[in-house]
Amino acid sequence: MQPPVELPPKTRGLTAIAGAMALIAVLLIVQIWLLSAALESFLAGHRHTALPAAVFSGVMFLVCLGLYLFVDRVDSEVRSGEER
Amino acid sequence: MNWLRRASSEPLWKEEFSVHTADERYVTRRQLTKFLVLTSFGMFVGNIWILVRSLFYKTPSYSQRPVARLGEIPVGGVKLFTYPTKEDHCIMVRTGENEYVSYSQKCTHLSCAVYYSQTSNRLECPCHQGFFSVKDGAVLQGPPSRPLPRIVLETRGEQLIAVGVEV
Repeated sequence: MQPPVELPPKTRGLTAIAGAMALIAVLLIVQIWLLSAALESFLAGHRHTALPAAVFSGVMFLVCLGLYLFVDRVDSEVRSGEER
Repeated sequence: MNWLRRASSEPLWKEEFSVHTADERYVTRRQLTKFLVLTSFGMFVGNIWILVRSLFYKTPSYSQRPVARLGEIPVGGVKLFTYPTKEDHCIMVRTGENEYVSYSQKCTHLSCAVYYSQTSNRLECPCHQGFFSVKDGAVLQGPPSRPLPRIVLETRGEQLIAVGVEV
């Protein structure tokens, strides 16, 4: 059995960023749907749906923010590795 | 003539196009990630705005105004009027001998004017074939997702009075 090929740090960084971007994109699509559904519900007079929609949207934003910070950390690691 | 010489030993084209394609793509992906997260924040702010509007929502008070006389329109007939403002067009249908219903004429999909179809006994939007029940304004078919706002009517003597709007 051959040992796994060690990818260069930059390639690994790009893969991590691409994965994080895909996750953020999926979360963003769900958030867009949630906003349109909450607005539709609000206009229909169902005002009790606004709170859970806002809470879930906030959670998804925090996950997106966490993924962005992860991307930022990976990026700075790759950059510092290149400088050395 | 030393001042004419370039400091770098790299060819001129490398200096002018100094960003490598891979590096450029790398930066662009990070920028896109940042943009996506900012968009996510925008969605969150939108939801917060809806929440604030919901929390501070006050039921509007509507004026009372006579909109028709009893027997003015025949059974199955229609009368158009404006309520509560001159810009809010409404449609009234006489569905029975002593039954009148009234709705906002603005389709909840894209605000086209709905009309009453006597043959199918429903309110129809000609723009995108959205159909509403004449009984309660509920969506029967088509792209609208919300029912038509109902104009509350009261009978006082020989007059039909519009007293409010139910969303």
